[in-house]
Amino acid sequence: MNAMNHSEFRQDIAPGATLLAVDNVTLRFGGVKAITDVSFDIRKGEVRAIIGPNGAGKTSMLNVINGFYHPQEGRITYRGQTRSKMRPHVAASQGIARTFQNVALFKGMTTLDNIMVGRTLKMRTPFFWHLFRHGPAMREEIEHRKFVEEIIDFLEIEHIRKVPVGKLPYGLQKRVELGRALAMQPELLLLDEPMAGMNLEEKEDMCRFILDTKEQYGTTIALIEHDMGVVMDLSDRVVVLEYGQKIADGTPDEVKKNQKVIDAYLGVAH
Amino acid sequence: MTANATAELDTFPKLLLRNEAVRPHRPAMRHKDLGIWREWSWGDVARQVRCYALGMMAHGLQRGDKVAIIGTNRPKLYWSIMAAQSVGAIPVPVYSDAVADEMAYVLDHAEVRFACVQDQEQVDKILGVADRLPKIEIVFYDEPRGLRDYDHSRLQAIDEVIAQGEGILLSDPAAVKRLDDAIASGKGSDTSVILYTSGTTGRSKGVMLSAGGCVKAATDTVEFDGLTDQDNVIAYLPLAWVGDHYLNYAQALVAGFTINCPESPETAVEDRREIGTTFAFAPPRVYESMLTRIMIRMEDAGWLKRKMFHYYLGVAKKWGEKILDGKPVPIGARLNYALGEVLVYGPLKNVLGMTTIRIAYTAGEAIGPELFSFYRSIGLNLKQLYGQTEAFLYVTVQSDGGVRADCVGPATPNVEIRIDENGEVLYKSPGQFIGYFKEPEKTAETMTEDGYVRTGDAGFFEKDGQLRIIDRAKDVGKLRSGALFAPKYLENKLKFFPNIREVVAFGQGEDFVTCFINIDLTAVGNWAERNNVSYGSYQELAGHPQVYDIIAGHVAEVNRQLSEEPMMAHAQIRRFLVLHKELDADDGELTRTQKVRRSFIADRYGPLVTALYDGSTEADISTEVTFEDGRKGVISARVRVMDAKVVPVSTPASQPARAA
Repeated sequence: MNAMNHSEFRQDIAPGATLLAVDNVTLRFGGVKAITDVSFDIRKGEVRAIIGPNGAGKTSMLNVINGFYHPQEGRITYRGQTRSKMRPHVAASQGIARTFQNVALFKGMTTLDNIMVGRTLKMRTPFFWHLFRHGPAMREEIEHRKFVEEIIDFLEIEHIRKVPVGKLPYGLQKRVELGRALAMQPELLLLDEPMAGMNLEEKEDMCRFILDTKEQYGTTIALIEHDMGVVMDLSDRVVVLEYGQKIADGTPDEVKKNQKVIDAYLGVAH
Repeated sequence: MTANATAELDTFPKLLLRNEAVRPHRPAMRHKDLGIWREWSWGDVARQVRCYALGMMAHGLQRGDKVAIIGTNRPKLYWSIMAAQSVGAIPVPVYSDAVADEMAYVLDHAEVRFACVQDQEQVDKILGVADRLPKIEIVFYDEPRGLRDYDHSRLQAIDEVIAQGEGILLSDPAAVKRLDDAIASGKGSDTSVILYTSGTTGRSKGVMLSAGGCVKAATDTVEFDGLTDQDNVIAYLPLAWVGDHYLNYAQALVAGFTINCPESPETAVEDRREIGTTFAFAPPRVYESMLTRIMIRMEDAGWLKRKMFHYYLGVAKKWGEKILDGKPVPIGARLNYALGEVLVYGPLKNVLGMTTIRIAYTAGEAIGPELFSFYRSIGLNLKQLYGQTEAFLYVTVQSDGGVRADCVGPATPNVEIRIDENGEVLYKSPGQFIGYFKEPEKTAETMTEDGYVRTGDAGFFEKDGQLRIIDRAKDVGKLRSGALFAPKYLENKLKFFPNIREVVAFGQGEDFVTCFINIDLTAVGNWAERNNVSYGSYQELAGHPQVYDIIAGHVAEVNRQLSEEPMMAHAQIRRFLVLHKELDADDGELTRTQKVRRSFIADRYGPLVTALYDGSTEADISTEVTFEDGRKGVISARVRVMDAKVVPVSTPASQPARAA
């Protein structure tokens, strides 16, 4: 069942140790500063939330982490290796997977195929064999399919296995997207507003899946979310951004009491 | 069955051992897991159950203990039932969608010591109310996901219990002997299972069923329907419902057929199609929703397919049921029907997953005659049965060839039925319950002095010996003339017309029957669109003269049908009106389960009821309504009252409700 932990090179970081560190990162688009001198870390095995009002730079932060944006200043250290520039597919092959704020699935493909896509980087047999779906390619395909079926079971989406994703309601599309990210067996999973636009029941389901992912696969999770109830329940630690700057960092309880956070969310700014 | 055989095989664990001996390699269970069907033969199941029972005994399970079973239809939960019964303990299946509070009531009332549950959700529910359940000792679970970090002092995976039992099986002959003795010493008079009623009428009651009774009842119907170990069923009905325990669990053990567990409740339809079940049960609303889905999809098909579909449905409507019932049909019609089978019915049944079904049942509520005929006409052997938990399901059942939509069939083999003076149906059956658990006074209320059980339903026998259920016994009244008045029966008849959504019939203690009618906005609105009838609101459409004419036609048709039924001929509808607003649960006119609250409505629309009886042709009414956002407003209207066409009947009014 627990095939996800098989990549042996990932076992060397102990739970609780720093998995990813963001040091003094500044990101500019022309003259606009999206992120200003932000530092925080993500520890192995935790659920780390990034919160903040609209336009605070949360999604930009995720884009920096998975190598989509390249910060002008500062460093990202992932698994002890410092980098300033990295392409997203390199990040992906190193075990960073993500979902998007606006669902980015292949709408015409089935749930099963969409999740299979998440296995692409794990495919090893040459393209030639795959052309004929034969020999080693078929064996590999079966192996991956087995893994994908485990994810389908895990996310309770058996009933939509063969439904084109475009036909599904939004909440289920989000779940499929999570499934595709999980198919990569990520070490670090970045979730950009996993519960946006969901009803209460779908949110509760999603919370359960996030916690189960952490427990069953030992995946470290960084998430952006606007629903404060969810954030406070799910996360081990929270970092708060406002206008591209970090204004607080700590456990949910500490953050809740922080005056700057209260001001940012309730009072002065709005 | 000989007396000797009955003495031997009077409990389910004994039947399991027989199946292991007689058909060890026939599939007993399948479960779709990770997209693949897994299969266990009777030999496998018997071995698993033996290990499971040994494991549970090691945890202290004893004869007479109650074991709760909570979850959807999964092999390990069925094994839990079998394992508990093997030890002589009593399984208590509980509705898995019950909220924690309801569940606490049942678990507490049943005094359960162990619970076998499906997953984290159910474990959480039990742990949430654990302080109210001091008797519960260990919870066994099937699906480990999410439970790794839980305190396992009172929690264990079913797999581990089975593994533990496997060890005992190999190493501890004394324990194995104790289990064998427990199975051998099981008696037909033992309580086999306690099924809690769903509790729509008050607190749920625990119905105790005896092992021998259960086996006898299931043996009778297995023989009646000719079920064999080649048959396949799909188990998707709640475990706690008598229907599942009977149709799947009990009949499978008796006949040795295969129980197929779907991947999840949502995939049941597709899984059924993959398996090709041969015996099926579904309540009318399932059949209805399947038909609606087909009809909607056919509207999107190309014109050739659509024409072909409708032409052959016409052919089926004319000849299909006759062919199914083996009645004489001209050769031309037969050939045309055979062609229809190739072109339409066959593919249609395939899509519905009904290609291989030999016998299908429906029960639970009245089924529309059109709906019923549709499935029968395309060749599905759909029949009705009538029963209840207290009877261990079957009271009446229709035989092949003796099927009609408005009746539920003659008494099941070995069941005796009597109609009480007030019209209530009483029965005596082999599977009849022992009593309600810990509620002897309620048991006494339900039983007559000579050992019959009261169903609470009123009905009568038709000339052909089929029972017809008309209403809840307490709702059946009499007109002033003494003629029988069964409001729900009339209401259902009218509601079978798609244009009519809701009906409220009046007549208790009056000279004649009248009713309120609610039109169905979708159906009537659709009609208006096609016929260029313009309307601005529900109220306007409801009061439209042409709509009144349509409804009058429906009422006249129902009156014509009623006139042909000697029991009901005097309860024809004399006057009716179409209500200006939809009856709504928010206004308290319907219950949350969409049942009409007759007396409340009579009160609220008092002036209209008066108008129905004083001969006036219209009446004014203003009623308070609650909008969806909670605001209140008043709707006033002038409602027209119409006389309905009545068929004269000559037979005298009052006659006793006697059995044929």
